Amino acid sequence: MSDKHSTPMLDELENGPWPSFVSGIKRLRDQHDDERINGMANDLLGQLEHSYETRKGYWKGGTVSVYGYGGGIIPRFSEVGKQFPESREFHTLRVQPPAGNHYSTDILRQLADSWEKWGSGLVTFHGQTGNIMFIGSSTENTQHFFDEINEYGFDLGGAGPCVRTSMSCVGAARCEQSCANEHKIHRTLVNNFTDDVHRPALPYKFKFKVSGCPNDCTNSIERADFAVIGTWRDDIKIDQQAFGEYVGTKGRQHVIDNIITRCPTKCMTLKDDDTLEIDNRNCVKCMHCLNVVPAALSPGDDKGITLLLGGKRTLKIGDLMGTVIVPFMKLETDEDYERLVEIAEETIDFWAENGLEHERCGEMIERIGLVNFLEGVGIDVDPNMISYPRESSYVRMDGWDQEAQKWFQRKIDERRAAVE
Amino acid sequence: MAKKEMRRPIESGCPDGVQYMHPVMLKNFGQWKYHDHPRPGVLRHVAHSGDTVWTVKAGTQRILDVFTLRKLCDIGDKYADGHVRFTIRSNIEYMVSDEVKVEPLIAALEDAGFVVGGTANSVAMISHTQGWLHCDIPGTDASGVVKAMMDELIEEFKNCNMPNRVHITTSCCQINCGGQGDIAINVQHTKPPKINHDLVANVCERPSVVARCPVAAIRPAMVNGKPSLEVDEVKCICCGACYPPCPPMQINDPEHSKLAIWVGGNHSNARSKPSFQKLVAGGVPNNPPRWPEATLIVKRILKVYKDDAKDWERINDWIDRIGWPRFFELTGLPFTKFHIDNWRGSRKSLNASTHIRF
Ligand code: HEM
Ligand code: SF4
Ligand code: SF4
Ligand code: SF4
Ligand code: SF4
Repeated sequence: MSDKHSTPMLDELENGPWPSFVSGIKRLRDQHDDERINGMANDLLGQLEHSYETRKGYWKGGTVSVYGYGGGIIPRFSEVGKQFPESREFHTLRVQPPAGNHYSTDILRQLADSWEKWGSGLVTFHGQTGNIMFIGSSTENTQHFFDEINEYGFDLGGAGPCVRTSMSCVGAARCEQSCANEHKIHRTLVNNFTDDVHRPALPYKFKFKVSGCPNDCTNSIERADFAVIGTWRDDIKIDQQAFGEYVGTKGRQHVIDNIITRCPTKCMTLKDDDTLEIDNRNCVKCMHCLNVVPAALSPGDDKGITLLLGGKRTLKIGDLMGTVIVPFMKLETDEDYERLVEIAEETIDFWAENGLEHERCGEMIERIGLVNFLEGVGIDVDPNMISYPRESSYVRMDGWDQEAQKWFQRKIDERRAAVE
Repeated sequence: MAKKEMRRPIESGCPDGVQYMHPVMLKNFGQWKYHDHPRPGVLRHVAHSGDTVWTVKAGTQRILDVFTLRKLCDIGDKYADGHVRFTIRSNIEYMVSDEVKVEPLIAALEDAGFVVGGTANSVAMISHTQGWLHCDIPGTDASGVVKAMMDELIEEFKNCNMPNRVHITTSCCQINCGGQGDIAINVQHTKPPKINHDLVANVCERPSVVARCPVAAIRPAMVNGKPSLEVDEVKCICCGACYPPCPPMQINDPEHSKLAIWVGGNHSNARSKPSFQKLVAGGVPNNPPRWPEATLIVKRILKVYKDDAKDWERINDWIDRIGWPRFFELTGLPFTKFHIDNWRGSRKSLNASTHIRF
């Protein structure tokens, strides 16, 4: 290793009570027994200090991939590599985590061993999209590291215009609010598209996220092109005795202020005998009351999912939330899961054909209108898809009768199916 | 030269989490009854079977060196049951099936310098992006901003003193991978990109840059006899979208790339529908290594929220109740013409009523 770079600005980030990433990089510089890692850490600190001094970044992209794949590596070449040669190649490998982000300490140690053999020794669990981010590998070692971890079950995630790594909440593994098997949905969806993960050929990125209930712990409505959220359609289960005990300890006023009046549809009543009554037909499954008294209130038994499409952040037309495409579907049988995958395939196919370059799925829907999208993928319109109907009369409505007929026919079919 | 036989990848995709899951979680998968919150940083989940699992949550530096990762594993082996998971805000969680293991585990984590907390109505770990450490387009650092801010917010992470949970996010470009947050600290450029014309001719795919601009401010042009680009600086909204596809469009500026602070992003459906964050403060200096000006504003917003909001109100719920004029009054932040939106759909953000609080 060349001389240690002095890092007066970064040193200030070693002060204070929160754990310091700067101290961590210094440990790699000073205490690791591999000189390659010492040198890489030293030059990384040097370049970062340079960024702090000049308030500029010094990484540029490029092309790096592993054999057989077109994506999954974020190439990083230094623009100041002459000054900081040992971290001049500092690529990030995006690796898909196990669904639900569960690890044994054994597997974490195995990953740490592989990573210090080939990389910088710096890793993040996880990036915002959800990948394990192995930060800092030379072009050559990228391949070696991937080969090694791929042998024991890890695969790269997406980078570029492709299906990206997905994320699911802890859900059924440890959460009473869970209305779905998040891990199974997560793996069923993303692993159906491994080719689209590894070989970027779509208009832009496409993300799946899965939350087990409308608390939406994975932020899927705001951040996923394809958001799957667990829900239920029968009654909230009330343990009246546990609820009565809660009223007893907290008092009626507290219950009224924090539960009854906070319900968005005002569908709850606290009775004189301290029992709770819910007008379940008007409950929108917002989760508030279940969050406040999880010991007394639980989701119903008729569980399934709601599907929303089109969430994304700013580029290019501004932030968009996902909007409802399927208000409810059951996810129990193999056929149910096949139908979910089919919707995902049809969505991606339609978008691949109709999306402009660098246009997210939600932006395409915004451009062509929801109805054109629905017709393209063969999904019927539903009033749950909107907050309110059209306010503008600027529309051609010459097929009204046929459209009304479709609605009535669908209602008849639904009733028939329900009877069977 | 003989070509070496290359190894074909095994396209296994997302691994099955079940193989690494804590046995009590696996046994009671989908069968949890309720949870409670014995103390900040600890959750207790009870299954219908009667089985109980305690989760201890801890904040780390997120950018982990292998020493720290192994230390976390050592703690997991010695004080927990050898299983961990990570939350989407990059906290580590240890699960134990026996209550007596909880206190020693907390002590071991704290002795090792990690911070136990981040549950329920605390200020959660700030979720952050890559920044100068390893992104190619950032206007600021991410890990440094977060470290400096968490130093100041650590008591709010360790305790549950907020009306409801607070999710803070940061983002080091404007277009951008940081998320929505109850409070978001994001880069905001204030000057159009400076074009490095010498480089455009070599590295730039001009049509794709022209297409990337949200306001069609970029035109192909000949500069000094070479093909280049020009920016209509009156139209340009300084978003930096042209920079990733075309590095010569130098948007990052040590002086004029500022930070802006946004509030009220809420991902959850609880009570109100999910909401996007709204601009509250701009012109905040991008001031490494500790960004004190940004932290000061965040702390001020948190203080007012803590004092004024009712239990269970997230920041957006609270502002919905008290109104934006009161928010600016209570925080002392200036209200400017920049707060009035003019992007598409913005008319819906205007007050078309006489609903005014005095
Ligand atoms: C050259 C440019 C870019 C680089 C190097 C980059 C890098 C990253 C990285 C490393 C992550 C975290 C990945 C992970 O967890 O696996 C990420 C996430 C993300 N990026 Fe970028 N990014 C770039 C451009 C963009 C652009 C232009 C946008 C905007 C449209 C964007 C939007 C996002 C979003 C929304 C996320 C995370 C969202 C989520 O899933 O929660 N990125 N980016
Ligand atoms: S989204 Fe719902 S089910 Fe999933 S972890 Fe959050 S509260 Fe639990
Ligand atoms: S879940 Fe929400 S909408 Fe339903 S009863 Fe509870 S508070 Fe009301
Ligand atoms: S927010 Fe922007 S600059 Fe920061 S890491 Fe993401 S893409 Fe890079
Ligand atoms: S900064 Fe944004 S608005 Fe300005 S030219 Fe670039 S893409 Fe267009």
